[in-house]
Amino acid sequence: MIARLRVDPIACEGRAVCTEMLPELITLDDWGFPIIGDGPVPRRLLGDVRVTVRACPKLALRISDEGSAHIVRRVMIRGAQLPGTGSGRGNPREQILEEVLGDVIQD
Amino acid sequence: MHGAMTQHPPQPVGPASGRAPDQLPRLLPAGLAAGPVSLAAHLARYGPPPSFGPGQSGQRARQALIAEVGRAGLTGRGGAGFPTARKLAAVARQGALPGARAPVVIANGTEGEPASAKDKVLMATSPQLVLDGAVLAAELTGASEAIIVVHRAVREIIDDAAAERRRARFDRVRIRVRTAADRFTGGEASAVAHWIERGIATPTATPPRLAERGLAGAPTLVQNVETLAHIALITRYGAAWFRSAGTSAEPGSMLVTVMGAVCEPCVLEIGIGVPVGYVLQLAGGAATALRAVLLGGYFGVWADAGEALTRPFSAEGLADLGAGPGAGLIAALPADACGLWETAQVVRYLATESAGQCGPCLFGLDAIAGELERLAGGRSADLGMLRRWLGQVDGRGACAHPSGTVRLVRSALQVFADELEQHAAGWCCGINSILPVRSGRLR
Repeated sequence: MIARLRVDPIACEGRAVCTEMLPELITLDDWGFPIIGDGPVPRRLLGDVRVTVRACPKLALRISDEGSAHIVRRVMIRGAQLPGTGSGRGNPREQILEEVLGDVIQD
Repeated sequence: MHGAMTQHPPQPVGPASGRAPDQLPRLLPAGLAAGPVSLAAHLARYGPPPSFGPGQSGQRARQALIAEVGRAGLTGRGGAGFPTARKLAAVARQGALPGARAPVVIANGTEGEPASAKDKVLMATSPQLVLDGAVLAAELTGASEAIIVVHRAVREIIDDAAAERRRARFDRVRIRVRTAADRFTGGEASAVAHWIERGIATPTATPPRLAERGLAGAPTLVQNVETLAHIALITRYGAAWFRSAGTSAEPGSMLVTVMGAVCEPCVLEIGIGVPVGYVLQLAGGAATALRAVLLGGYFGVWADAGEALTRPFSAEGLADLGAGPGAGLIAALPADACGLWETAQVVRYLATESAGQCGPCLFGLDAIAGELERLAGGRSADLGMLRRWLGQVDGRGACAHPSGTVRLVRSALQVFADELEQHAAGWCCGINSILPVRSGRLR
């Protein structure tokens, strides 16, 4: 039950926004492409990670939590049924996702 | 003896007029081949493939044969070695989901690696066995179509073989033949599907997996042509027969390409786990004193000849050398060739063959190749930088291209470590070259 940050290396063009926003987890190689550690995302960084994932101009970042995929899918469905699923911090879908992930993610 | 080694699968199969081969070769023609084996000769040798009734009983027979492939322990012969039955089962399961599209089977005969010839030889001599396997894989997974993607060298032979089956109304599954993209990375499974669908032979991002959403959104099975040929025989003769060759952990036979400093470079069928030195003997023996062998392929590893020759050619036997059978290449490096120079040539080739999609592969392999060329050419090279780049590139592609290249380079730096110093001092030990690289194309 751990969340991991991943990059789609085909979509990534090395804009380096992610390393600016999340130097704790992302460094650059000698050609300017992000190197992301293999380890799980620490719980305290989860919020920053999600903001960074959304900020990628090529939408190349993804947060995956393979161990709890079924739980997240259920949450997404529940979230989709809620009214007012807009974007931004008030998005209830995101809130529920965070709430459940908070339960299953270990530092 | 023959009867003891032959065991038919529990589900009904067609009456076998052919006999289960009780010795090698199983896939290749025994003796000298006078051209591709015809459909009639193929059926006389192996008997008819199993056929499936309609409805529930046919469905049970299909599931039983997938289980039989699993009991046989067949793994993919394209280099990755993934258990074949698990792929078959995954595609069959996806295809059975409500609302799913009918699965598609792709027989992968791309064989883009310049040093490897085993798939081309198999397709050129036993095309009907490959087509049998593709059609059976389609039937087992519920696919209505099998697409055979072949190296251009054998396109005509496969076309003729497919036409012969059509004339005989042999298959219920439609066979389509396509010429493979002539690129090293074009043989990667997702690249093959991409090539068929869009004419672009580059790997695609995962997820989605091909078994879930592949060609035109259909569950897609991509399987190497040799793997399919093994399926054609396992479904006829059963798992116990298949396991009578090879080792208990890695059963069956496999095709190998033996090249370099051997007297008779060739494609052979061996039981998995016979010693590397024995395979070289089958290829006429070493033509001269050997320095090293390249095991597996261009994504394989170099091993010291003295250490490698006594090892079983299997994943288990080669594990502590960091090597494996891979796609079945054994290249013998003579003592008067330079392993660093060979590696530099191959890595330059692999760098030009990068699909160019992932930054670390596009820029990293080029940088690594440049440093290796300086190193092998006796010019001043920065080994520390080279090792840094190997670490940065490893594992960072959408496919295995950068990681496979890193593996090759790391093994070269280890096996030819003694020669690093003399290269740094400006002289190279090699006057020979064995590993083929096609000229890179300009993009």
